[in-house]
Amino acid sequence: MLVFLAWLGYNLQNSPSDFFQIFLIGLTQGSVYALVALGYTLVYGILQLINFAHGDVFALTGLFASTLIVSHFDLNSGDAVTTIILGLGATFLICMTFGAIVNSSIEFLAYKRLRSAPRLAVLITAVGMSFIVQNISLAVFGVNFRSVPPLISSNDVFTIGGVHYGWEALFVVLVTAPVLAVLSWLVKSTRHGKAMRATAQDPEASAMMGINVNRTITFTFALAGALAGIGAVLFLVEFNIRYDTGFELGLIAFTAAVLGGIGNLTGAVLGAIIIGMIQAFNEGPFLWAPGSDWTRSIVFAILIAILVFRPEGLLGERTPEGG
Amino acid sequence: MARRRDRARGAMRSYRSQAAQRSGMHRVRAAWNRLPEPVRRFGPALLVLIVAVLYPYYLSSLPTGNVPLIYSFPSVRSGVTIIVFTMMAVGLNVVVGYCGLLDLGYVAFYAIGAYTAGWLASGQFQQVRFHFGSVGVSHSAQGIHISLWLVLIIAALVTAAGGILIGLPTLRLRGDYLAIVTLGFGEIIPQFVRNADSLHGFDLTHGTFGISPIDSPGFGNAGSHLGLPAAYSQSFSADKLFYWTAVALLLLTIVICIRLRDSRLGRAWIAIREDETAAGAMGIPLMRTKTWAYAIGAFFGGAAGAYIASFNSGAFPSQFSFNISVFLLCMVILGGMGSIWGVVIAGAILSWLNVEGLANIGTWLNDNIFPASHQIEVAKYQFGIYGVIIVLMMMFRPQGLIPEARRKREIEEGTRGSMDEPLYEMRGADEAGAGERGSAGAIPRG
Repeated sequence: MLVFLAWLGYNLQNSPSDFFQIFLIGLTQGSVYALVALGYTLVYGILQLINFAHGDVFALTGLFASTLIVSHFDLNSGDAVTTIILGLGATFLICMTFGAIVNSSIEFLAYKRLRSAPRLAVLITAVGMSFIVQNISLAVFGVNFRSVPPLISSNDVFTIGGVHYGWEALFVVLVTAPVLAVLSWLVKSTRHGKAMRATAQDPEASAMMGINVNRTITFTFALAGALAGIGAVLFLVEFNIRYDTGFELGLIAFTAAVLGGIGNLTGAVLGAIIIGMIQAFNEGPFLWAPGSDWTRSIVFAILIAILVFRPEGLLGERTPEGG
Repeated sequence: MARRRDRARGAMRSYRSQAAQRSGMHRVRAAWNRLPEPVRRFGPALLVLIVAVLYPYYLSSLPTGNVPLIYSFPSVRSGVTIIVFTMMAVGLNVVVGYCGLLDLGYVAFYAIGAYTAGWLASGQFQQVRFHFGSVGVSHSAQGIHISLWLVLIIAALVTAAGGILIGLPTLRLRGDYLAIVTLGFGEIIPQFVRNADSLHGFDLTHGTFGISPIDSPGFGNAGSHLGLPAAYSQSFSADKLFYWTAVALLLLTIVICIRLRDSRLGRAWIAIREDETAAGAMGIPLMRTKTWAYAIGAFFGGAAGAYIASFNSGAFPSQFSFNISVFLLCMVILGGMGSIWGVVIAGAILSWLNVEGLANIGTWLNDNIFPASHQIEVAKYQFGIYGVIIVLMMMFRPQGLIPEARRKREIEEGTRGSMDEPLYEMRGADEAGAGERGSAGAIPRG
């Protein structure tokens, strides 16, 4: 840890502009991870289930979004700003709905029947569902990477001392921040949110209090799917997406959720931003940075280290499984 | 509630046995029971073994091409891969089936085994020249060349040591946390071998190209006087030799696993699977017992990995994906966790599907069922098909196709091992009075 901080400090002193540039990249990347990580953490909070299929729902929604943007709305980088904003807005709405429907139908088809089954049976089912969703993406969208034309201008919003802040990065933040605010309001202040928190604490007692536990679980899955939908569109605007993109990204996002303390919403966002930073710094132009070949190894090494030394994560509570 | 269900089940059972008495099934079973005990015990296994060993001889007389559904019978070459993967499934069964530790990264052991073979029996390390009992390689060849029989044992031991190293810090964790950690290792190790081609300029794994060629087993000049092959790869019937050796290795694995299951250690594993807390309270050293399960599971994975690396004459990082871990897990689930014969049969079927079965079935379906305008690529969706198998099994037959009697009882009665913590605590749902709450429709019923 100290070595890592020293390394960061050394890089800060050596090339401050690179450092802040990478910092911003990390923040942007972390925001996308946060949206996916929240899906893991929401579902885990309520069912204690690692929904392996979540990453693949993300990929499926992203591929769906690419079809929407390219074929249906026919958006191009040359279009007027209002057209792009309207088109993207519609894409976001449709993809949220799509992700919500896919995720809650997975719950309906597979997990619902296993409510009283052993926990690991459901976990194994989740792995199976992940493969199924991945193959649905493969069957519908083929093996090739999909991308969309650069819709968001890559020009800078502002530049401070050699640090460029581009519209792309601002776009991600402009979308993510309100979404997180709405989510926080939803969970903290609405009846649905209250039902979710109650079910997470004690499903049986909540059922006795008149909460429809099944509907609450479906709602949680839908919410997670909608968040994955937003994340997928944000990801698609900047990167390519393919049927198996979701698996790796899902694992990284899951690591973020564990890092923050699984089941804890603020923790998931914090963990995602930290993981985004780690990835950005690892791949950045720094001395001794291991490079993108090793990103996955580093992320998983972090995952293992957290689970072994602090299974409750940064902000989570201690659980019996953590021992 | 539970009692009512039990009563219904009992009635069902007596009805079925009456039906069976009337049918010929009952007579067959009675005749079977009259056979002497050793025949009943070893007969079926021996029969399967004979069928398997003689396979290369009668394969040529089996029909080829356009056999209904399976299109053609697997070649001897495919047979080797099928058997080695079955061996890995039996090894994984020790970890998942006996001890109840969900391992989503078994591919890491396969990789360690394959690369150990690559390091100790190939020209990978050009800087040195070390020969020990190697066959089929020129004496002046650079690199480490150790007899592959020894390498199999070394690879198994190295992998077991790797299993202990991975297990010691992580086996404290329970349930899904352990699954995630093993998944992490299963992802790190393949990525390590892919990237470790210039660790400070040192080429450890030859990156994406993998290590190739790897020596083959054999008995050298001394063996060839006794009529044994000097080196498999130089023999005209290399595939058959590899096949019979694989059968022998699988047989050895099965025998060891059966003996282990009935040993003190095996009973301790099953106790942990059934109820970890109670097992600990009864004085079973949890960590040590679980680490043994991990090490022994890894041992077979490593030996199988080394053997298949020698057979393919190479270890390539693209072989070791997460899919393989799930594929092996699928064999264990399909066969029935803890059931050796179930796992062997499911392993053989699934690896056959993987090696050529799905492609063959696809060919047959396209030739005979689907019109030319609607051809399908079954093999493309193989992992989707495994996904469907996993989900359907978990929903409708969680005990597997050929369940182990004990595991089946565990599932029916509901034990509280690490495998069996319910996802959703339903305390009291089976107790008296639960009906009133259930009728409100709010409580989900399994």
